[in-house]
Amino acid sequence: MAGVLGTSIRRREDPALITGRGRYTADLERPGMVHAVVVRSPHAHARLRGVDVTAAAAAPGVLAVYSGADVVASGVGGVVPTAWLLPDLKTPPHPLLATEVVRHVGDGVAVVVAESVYAARDAAELVAVDYEPLPAVTDPRAATTEGAPQLYAEAPGNVAFDWQLGDAAAVEGAFAGAARTVELELRNNRLIPHAIEPRAALAEFDERRGALTLWMTSQNPHVHRLLLSLASLGLPEHKIRVIAPEVGGGFGSKIHHYPDEALTAWCAMQLKRPVKWTATRSEANQTDAHGRDHRTRAALALDGDGRILGLRVRTHAAMGAYLSTFAPAVPTYLYGTLLSGQYDIPAIHVRVTGTFTNTAPVDAYRGAGRPEATFVVERLMDLAARETGLDPAELRRRNFVPPDAFPYQTQVALQYDSGNYEPALDRALEAVGYAELRAEQRRRREQGGKLLGIGLSSYIEACGLAPSQVVGALGAQAGLWESAKVRVHPTGTVTVYTGSSAHGQGHATTFAQIVADKLGIPVENVEVRHGDTDEVPFGMGTYGSRSAAVGGSAIAVSVDKVIAKGRRIAAHLLEAAENDVVFEEAKFFVRGAPAQSKAWGEVVLQAYLAHNLPDGVEAGLEETTFYNPANFTFPFGTHVAVVEVDPETGEVAIARY
Amino acid sequence: MGFPISVEVNGVERRAEVEPRQLLVHWLRDALGLTGTKVGCDTSLCGACTVLVDGRAVKSCTQLAVQADGSRVTTIEGLADDGELQVLQRAFWEEHALQCGYCTPGMILAAAGLLAQEPDPEETAIRQALKGNLCRCTGYHNIVKAVRRAAAGGE
Repeated sequence: MAGVLGTSIRRREDPALITGRGRYTADLERPGMVHAVVVRSPHAHARLRGVDVTAAAAAPGVLAVYSGADVVASGVGGVVPTAWLLPDLKTPPHPLLATEVVRHVGDGVAVVVAESVYAARDAAELVAVDYEPLPAVTDPRAATTEGAPQLYAEAPGNVAFDWQLGDAAAVEGAFAGAARTVELELRNNRLIPHAIEPRAALAEFDERRGALTLWMTSQNPHVHRLLLSLASLGLPEHKIRVIAPEVGGGFGSKIHHYPDEALTAWCAMQLKRPVKWTATRSEANQTDAHGRDHRTRAALALDGDGRILGLRVRTHAAMGAYLSTFAPAVPTYLYGTLLSGQYDIPAIHVRVTGTFTNTAPVDAYRGAGRPEATFVVERLMDLAARETGLDPAELRRRNFVPPDAFPYQTQVALQYDSGNYEPALDRALEAVGYAELRAEQRRRREQGGKLLGIGLSSYIEACGLAPSQVVGALGAQAGLWESAKVRVHPTGTVTVYTGSSAHGQGHATTFAQIVADKLGIPVENVEVRHGDTDEVPFGMGTYGSRSAAVGGSAIAVSVDKVIAKGRRIAAHLLEAAENDVVFEEAKFFVRGAPAQSKAWGEVVLQAYLAHNLPDGVEAGLEETTFYNPANFTFPFGTHVAVVEVDPETGEVAIARY
Repeated sequence: MGFPISVEVNGVERRAEVEPRQLLVHWLRDALGLTGTKVGCDTSLCGACTVLVDGRAVKSCTQLAVQADGSRVTTIEGLADDGELQVLQRAFWEEHALQCGYCTPGMILAAAGLLAQEPDPEETAIRQALKGNLCRCTGYHNIVKAVRRAAAGGE
């Protein structure tokens, strides 16, 4: 009903999940289903001298054992490609199974398919792989140094790309004229995403139709279908159906197209049996795309009043052993463009070298690039405060983009639409009792005992990943719009088909609220469908805080189109001018004469009866939108952390947050 | 190689012959189709597989199916009484104590194990009891609230 948006209602997702009836990929079964286990490299870098599958193939319950050579011999594309191309990007192929060289611990070398997981695991131990270990490099900066082990002949110095943004000359000028400069060396450590549900896939090939159905742990089933078709399986897109059933979290790790899910599908196509693969947690450690892994040197130039004149950032970002789906975008488009933070910085230059390393691939994870940027900027702000003797809060205040400067064009491509940063800082400081904390901190320093540390972070994020034209100019091989089909049924209930794809966010509840609110119908009368490429229009999926902003907007626009068509029909039935007909609370009525009205259900029914529609209006009531927003959204805020430090032991305990 | 076991699962006696090495969680999921019990790790770290064995919360990946012989096992599917949600299930729903829901069955059963021993636990006792259960959507605050609510009778 109108007003239901923004109210707190119980989630419709939950009854199944709290009673154990939520069906995740690993919970699904198909008749005749068999199980795949991938044999993985224990070496970070090694030449594959041979893969002997004889003993494994003869083990009890085993249907087949395949190596990389078998995938190649099958004639399919057999690779997982990156979907983000930067200028001069080196794109060595990432095969479903390694053939000549393994490049990270966990790189797949063979796959065993057996009647049970236990039988497949037993047989996997019998696959005899002859490795010739090679020297490995795991640090993104060390990878570029003279004499470092080389991962690919086509990428000298292990450089995948060398990318710059901003005005180097202006930054040099700023530093030359600065009253003070501060410089910092930072390591943003590698992270493993660890969704609680490990990745999994269940593939079934219908020989009769030559078509594949793949249930998998996906944040974006259409993107997976597209990449499977283009590069991995040799199947056209319309012969692949990807379904993301219940998905147990993702945090970015289930955006990417990995070899394992494609390999599971390939096995099902070879064997004409449904095949299931479920990652163990150890496999997740080794193969889920990791996050971060930056080495950065950054410097800030300030004038005598603590105002920033320039920012210089030099980052080496690990890509890992292969370029994952959106990997090149993360330390460039999602990192370099955020380096202005909340501050008015007149000159910025950033150079990022993406390097191949003998580690699991690195890709988008929680915030993806933007937290890395905040880390650089905010660490520099704290260092500058220390050097200038200004309070860290005061230094930030002096440099915030002022509220009357919006829309604000940064020196690193983005235009912030709106913002007002100082009140957020004020509120955070007030909430934590900042002045008293600083006094307490001074007291403790004088008196000894446990010390107090106070950390501030004023961050900005670019959310609702879009718009398509911008990401296209920056290298994306996809648009970043979102789709929504709103289908009104003859009885007035509604089904929404969204291209957004939930994995814990509660889309079914939230999106139903949007529709119910706009139409004035009960929320129970709105069904939300997502995650099945045969059911919903092509969609870009859920990541980058885009579901409500982009996917929700697509739904709202489709509902507006539905209402517009309803008004035309209602005006015709009421013999009124269309412009005089108003829609409120599930009722179409003549402006100023509410008694002259047609209820929602009546108009919907007429749309389907089509006995008496105005000229040029087709029967039915269903609208689709591919919504492409004009810009990101730019949420911002300030965090304050207070820690107690034991100077005797170095133990740090979080006291307040 | 089959080893005969008899286990009362969610009030129903189940007899089976199992491989001695089979984990209880795999027997519940694969043989009985009780897929509400989840697997989230290899090392008994995550707690997604928690069930009640004779009323005590047990990580069913650390126990062999043969060890459950002669015992009473309750999984998430057996918690609701005739379709009536159990108090913890209701509380988790009310307090928005789940997002993706994957850790939820283990979380609820670990909490059920706690409440069976300690009907009115303080927040610290709840946090202590749920230490072995990971929620990656980071919903711990609401999970603790839900357990408190359940302890208070669901109100």
